Amino acid sequence: MRADLEKIAQWIEPDKHVLDLGCGDGDLLKHLAAEKGITGYGIEIDDDNIITCINKGLNVIHGNVDEGLSSFDDDSFDYVVMTQAIQALKYPVEALREMLRIGKQAIVTFPNFGYWDCRFGLMLQGRMPVSKALPAQWYETQNIHLCTVKDFEVLCKEEGFRILERSLVDKSHRDKFFIKMWPNMLAEIALYRFERK
Amino acid sequence: MTQEIPADSVGIVTPISQLFDEPLQLKSGKVLKSYNLMYETYGKLNSDKSNAVLICHALSGDHHVAGYHSHNDKKPGWWDSFIGPGRVIDTNKFFIICSNNIGGCSGSTGPSSINPDKGQPYGPDFPVVTIEDWVKSQALLIDSLGIDTLAAVIGGSMGGMQAMQWAIDYPHRVKNCAVIAAAPKLSTQNIAFNEVARKAIMSDPNFADGRYYNKGEKPNQGLMLARMLGHITYLSDEALKDKFGRDLREGEFKFHFDTEFEIENYLKYQGEKFVGNFDANTYLLMTKALDYFDPARLYDDDLGKALSHVTCDFFVASFTSDWRFDPKRSMEIVKALIDENKNVSYMEIEAPHGHDGFLMDVPVYMNGLRSYLDRVAAKLGVKQDAC
Repeated sequence: MRADLEKIAQWIEPDKHVLDLGCGDGDLLKHLAAEKGITGYGIEIDDDNIITCINKGLNVIHGNVDEGLSSFDDDSFDYVVMTQAIQALKYPVEALREMLRIGKQAIVTFPNFGYWDCRFGLMLQGRMPVSKALPAQWYETQNIHLCTVKDFEVLCKEEGFRILERSLVDKSHRDKFFIKMWPNMLAEIALYRFERK
Repeated sequence: MTQEIPADSVGIVTPISQLFDEPLQLKSGKVLKSYNLMYETYGKLNSDKSNAVLICHALSGDHHVAGYHSHNDKKPGWWDSFIGPGRVIDTNKFFIICSNNIGGCSGSTGPSSINPDKGQPYGPDFPVVTIEDWVKSQALLIDSLGIDTLAAVIGGSMGGMQAMQWAIDYPHRVKNCAVIAAAPKLSTQNIAFNEVARKAIMSDPNFADGRYYNKGEKPNQGLMLARMLGHITYLSDEALKDKFGRDLREGEFKFHFDTEFEIENYLKYQGEKFVGNFDANTYLLMTKALDYFDPARLYDDDLGKALSHVTCDFFVASFTSDWRFDPKRSMEIVKALIDENKNVSYMEIEAPHGHDGFLMDVPVYMNGLRSYLDRVAAKLGVKQDAC
């Protein structure tokens, strides 16, 4: 399992109700169901991923986060999770608000655009950054709303989200000590757990 | 012409007619003293009788889902490509049952059957039946087969509604429910279309208040119109455009009112084909059963409440170009299930065919349903044994 998913699994308490937005092939849900006894649903747009989830015996619902989550009631989940998807959404702020309407807590992961290599690419090479976390060229990337660790935290403040926990890791999702020294420069991937104030 | 039967077909099948001599109490308050159910089965019931799958047919469907009745049949059953050894609903794993609904015209007791009290066809005296009544009669059928619990109930369109009713009425007898291209109840527009269809039949001079069986003529014109109207709602605008466009049979305008456009010709063909093997009174009954279907009605119009006691897992699927039962209608079912914390997976299938998509060989749809049923078989520990 991807290391960021491992981290999220540590954050989630057992036997809770979880909604995973953009659940992909269902790895996280499968792990959470097996190890933590959670119940819940994945939302996914890609047919192959949906079928993979069905194969795994997961509850998966065809859906597009950008088209809204109005079919979910307020406070109907303990956690709403979205991994590596926010940067590809058309309406990321609306999605974050919706996550905290539906869930008591939200967990989000995204590639940190403040990572030194991204800055280096733009500053010295004059090119849009291409890295392991962000491998596509500017013209074909699905990542249309990239942000930095700082940007995200400013947004949380503006929106009135309380950050409960964050984890900033390198591309192998290792929690290296030096990242803590200059997180916005040294973290490649950011994970946040937050709630409404 | 002798039909070449593919190796993965269920092959030649024989329908079974079973008499039920106990009175059936109907939702309307009326009682059907005795009745026949015509059904077919494919595959083998395993020793613990845990691998039975019930298929519910749509408005114009019947018990003949798969295989051929004889080598002379031009076409197999209505969902043949989904059913057989190694197919989506795998007869190596499941014992498949499908019965013709009561009120039908393919062998189960219906308005064209003889009313034992009068020695004449029932006609309009046949009681109005509901989807709940069909489910009840099917429960008695599986009782008679010694089956307590169904591994799955599967249905498309009206059949999907019937599958849902099964989950509601017999929560401990259904393990899985596949609701495909259905809705939790008909929309106002759906009812409106049904009413036009019924009026077309009832205003045919040959309808004779439904007592046309012993007369020379049947209300074929009215039934044909009803089918033509229905058929338009089964297909998408895009599918019609792709198939017929504005093509003219003779290439140019003829300035008359005979069949000119290819679409007119197609509807006429569909209508004429239909009246050959369908009964007008059955059409009235089926559309009425659809109109009445509304499981939430008994629960303050709250579908979640209606589904709160169901215990089975659900597979729900819709088709993007279906405007008769739009994907949003399926999402209403999915939402209610999610609200009640039930196990459900939902696929919205990208397909151009309109409502009829549920009958089509759309690969992603077939793969999705196959994956779901593979899980069902695995969970039940259904072993793959050669039949």
